Amino acid sequence: MKQSKKWIKGMVLAFMAAIFMFSGSMSWAEDGTIKLGVAGAHSGDLASYGIPSVNAAKLVVKEINANGGVLGKQVELLVEDDACKPEIATNTATKLVSQGVNVVMGHICSGATKAALGIYKDSNIICMSPSATNPALTQSGDYPNFYRTIASDDAQAKLDVDFALNVLKLNKIAVIHDKGDYGKGFAEFAKKFLEESGKAEVVLYEGITPGAVDYSAVVQKIKRSDAQAVIFGGYHPEASKIVTQMRKKRMDTIFISDDGVKDDTFIKVAGEYAQGVYASGPKDSSKNPLNIKAVNAHKEEFKSDPGAFYENAYSAVLAILNAIEKAGSTDYAAVSKALKTEWVETPIGKIKFDERGDAIGAGFSVYQVKDGKYAEVK
Amino acid sequence: MDWEYFLELLLGGLTRGSIYALIALGYTMVYGIIELINFAHGEIYMIGAFTALIVASVLNYAGMNHVAVAILAMVAAIIYSCAYGFAIEKIAYKPLRNAPRLSALISAIGMSLFLQNYVLLAQTPDFLPFPSLIPDFDFWEPYAHIISSQEIAILATTVSVMILLTVMIKFTIIGKAMRATAQDRIMAALVGVDINRVISVTFVVGSATAAIGGVLIASHVGQINFYIGFIAGIKAFVAAVLGGIGSIPGAVLGSLVLGWTESFFTGYISSDYEDVFAFLFLVLILIFRPSGILGRSETQKV
Repeated sequence: MKQSKKWIKGMVLAFMAAIFMFSGSMSWAEDGTIKLGVAGAHSGDLASYGIPSVNAAKLVVKEINANGGVLGKQVELLVEDDACKPEIATNTATKLVSQGVNVVMGHICSGATKAALGIYKDSNIICMSPSATNPALTQSGDYPNFYRTIASDDAQAKLDVDFALNVLKLNKIAVIHDKGDYGKGFAEFAKKFLEESGKAEVVLYEGITPGAVDYSAVVQKIKRSDAQAVIFGGYHPEASKIVTQMRKKRMDTIFISDDGVKDDTFIKVAGEYAQGVYASGPKDSSKNPLNIKAVNAHKEEFKSDPGAFYENAYSAVLAILNAIEKAGSTDYAAVSKALKTEWVETPIGKIKFDERGDAIGAGFSVYQVKDGKYAEVK
Repeated sequence: MDWEYFLELLLGGLTRGSIYALIALGYTMVYGIIELINFAHGEIYMIGAFTALIVASVLNYAGMNHVAVAILAMVAAIIYSCAYGFAIEKIAYKPLRNAPRLSALISAIGMSLFLQNYVLLAQTPDFLPFPSLIPDFDFWEPYAHIISSQEIAILATTVSVMILLTVMIKFTIIGKAMRATAQDRIMAALVGVDINRVISVTFVVGSATAAIGGVLIASHVGQINFYIGFIAGIKAFVAAVLGGIGSIPGAVLGSLVLGWTESFFTGYISSDYEDVFAFLFLVLILIFRPSGILGRSETQKV
């Protein structure tokens, strides 16, 4: 009995010693490198949005490290998956904070980003997303530590509504969303802008359940509403189901959506039915020399074309590291000031950030599916 | 009253209900015989759809004609799913047959998660396009906006499966053995019914109907991924409970009621609360008829 108690005591002591040793070695490492966290959907349904951001971070960091790093220190990447789920994102954020990250590039989905931001804010860590477009993230003023290299949903909704009203000259529109942070936010703005314009009537405004077996009842409802077009807020799995079912019901209703649908997976899954679908997405900057360089680097390293939000992620990493360099340290206040005052050349153009954290100089364009590819509508 | 709209919602709900019914049959048959809720059943449906996709892609590539591809893909899906259903019962449930019922339930949930993750890792986490196995018939084109050829095929298949199943249970030896096992397992064994065989056959038949459902809905909706089985499985389970779990006509009726509830509620009120309403309806029915619409009120044996 006594013997075993002693044994336990010994174990506890050894364990505590080990913890001290580890924490000691960790703080030593902190001085040596700048730790950049990369968080987002790297697995699950929406991995196709997250993986390109990891690749972008790897490429930028590799190049910067080869040229001597930032402030003479090497940049270290800490990659964590949140599967685009808010409940996992809080764990992801806590893990990154406990590993001692200085700045974070991520998260990918708006819901997950919102969940993680509070944790970064409490630890004074700057977080920059390449893809979270929910307007409240910057406009609410709750997250002064948040920045993004993509325009917010209201900018996107405005563009889609203007396109429907002024270019397509429609006057009866159905607005559908997937009830999520991202899709519903977009749909609410679209509805608001349509009503304010006075040029078109919102004939239907509905939320659908993501992942349902089929959407035939909603499709019937769209048909009965006599809408000329559907504006959809949400992601590609639901969009492809709705478009496919509309076309199978012999409806030629125009389909306009957001950058959650401007993904090649949408075209792959919807196949021939994708033809003619409009979706807004980040402005095409394929002529920008930095962008060409970034895309070529991806092709060389990963032997494939980069996916969605790759340029935005590439730009986010460049902007963050540039701000640290200009600020002369990883201090929260100094880096924040640098982000808002220093212009930086990136693949999406020359950008800096406004008071709320939105990028000045980044924007959206409307694209249309033509022969299995998204082409920019001029 | 807009009759065409009403008709479209009616048919849409009927199609959805038929799909639920094909899956719900498996739940209700297994429950009727061994009083186990087979949570892995939705995954069998998903595996059926994946098998059909693989077979159909290969055959389409080889340039076979449409009807042959559809039939072969369906047959392959049924065989594969039956094999899975049979194996799941032998591996996960048979060793636990005399254990407390909760143990078998946990084993079922484990099996469901295992199969989902197995497909996720062995196949892909992405959504895959599913070819339309049933072509659009030219003669039907004037009515295609109300009900498509695929939906007619779904309804026709479901009705044939129901008839076959009823005939099997009412008039064949194995059907008689199944009914006997459902009534009293020990007594059936004493009079010479091979219980293990009856249970295996139940799982195989249930898996076959789930595979048929999987192929039909995937072809109708046009996409699949590893997660489709979970949602469809939950809805079908609800349908089985609604109709009275353990009862075969109950499963069909419950599925149709659920399909119509969802369809009409979405059509006339709002799709935002589609699931809320479907489950509210379930609660109301269970308050007034605790054993489901057609469920027998079981008196506990003493």
